Amino acid sequence: MKLEILHELNAERAARRPVILVTDTENGEQRLVKAKDFAKDPLRAELDKQLRMGKSGNVEAGGKKLFLNVYAPTAKLVIVGAVHISQALAPLARSLGYDVTVVDPRTAFASPERFPDIPLVAEWPDTALPPLNVDAYTAFVAVTHDPKIDDPALLHAFERNCFYIGALGSRKTHAKRGDRLRAQGAKESDIARIHAPIGLAIGAVSPSEIAVAIMAEITAVLRLPPKEKEEAA
Amino acid sequence: MLDRDEDILKAAEDWQKAGRGVALATVVETWGSAPRPAGSSLVINDEGTFLGSVSGGCVEGAVVTEAMDVIQSGKPKMLEFGVADETAWNVGLSCGGTIRVFVEKVG
Repeated sequence: MKLEILHELNAERAARRPVILVTDTENGEQRLVKAKDFAKDPLRAELDKQLRMGKSGNVEAGGKKLFLNVYAPTAKLVIVGAVHISQALAPLARSLGYDVTVVDPRTAFASPERFPDIPLVAEWPDTALPPLNVDAYTAFVAVTHDPKIDDPALLHAFERNCFYIGALGSRKTHAKRGDRLRAQGAKESDIARIHAPIGLAIGAVSPSEIAVAIMAEITAVLRLPPKEKEEAA
Repeated sequence: MLDRDEDILKAAEDWQKAGRGVALATVVETWGSAPRPAGSSLVINDEGTFLGSVSGGCVEGAVVTEAMDVIQSGKPKMLEFGVADETAWNVGLSCGGTIRVFVEKVG
């Protein structure tokens, strides 16, 4: 691998931008394709598919055997609300490979005793969220049930284009939330992005079961192609 | 698990910049049960120091040896490892899978 390619690869990864390294395994020739350049690449269909699956693999194109090595940023999960559900959700998400952070300004909730080994930020969303570099590889859930905390957090998630946004609450609660967010300038398309009621409908009752439903929904949004994703949700 | 190989590639860059000969070994294909998926990598320098993994530790020794050749020659190599074969005295994968590992020089 040429040093320039390695340097560029490391720079893209540090910036949390996905890239795919294409190697001709016969002669070692390589090129790096940045996600923003996928659309104009002759291998765009293959590149899109491998990136979506987060899997490296081999393709044959133009008589060449190519290895596509996918470098996708580690997915993050930001949980707003250090509640009972979050105590089950945080370790579950971590076991699935997510970098997890829990945010809750209420120090009685956001305590290390309740969340051993999980990064906690006991601040209001406007202070807590900007340093977390919430991005398109971040799943974002708001589960405090308190509009003072959930609403500003959701506005931040819209702005950062999180790949998944979920919020706890019944349909009725969610309708009221929509009205409040609209009043604060949220677009209709943003509000439509919120998964609420949160999680796949698996009849979850206990906090741990709700955590499973949430992670199943996040996994579906992360991995399924757009059409099947709609059917699952 | 999602990808956590960033430190390995950073080390490859740092070693190369520090003037070391460096090779990168990457799993490009797996059949059957293999301990590390395609894309997993091992970085090796000319002192024999290595980071990362391409298997559960079963074939790393052989990959490091081959990597020394690649650092010398500059020519990439494709290695294949299968089930350990006692009669052939090969290194192999006790888990029963087969992997192909692409070894290339960095720089």
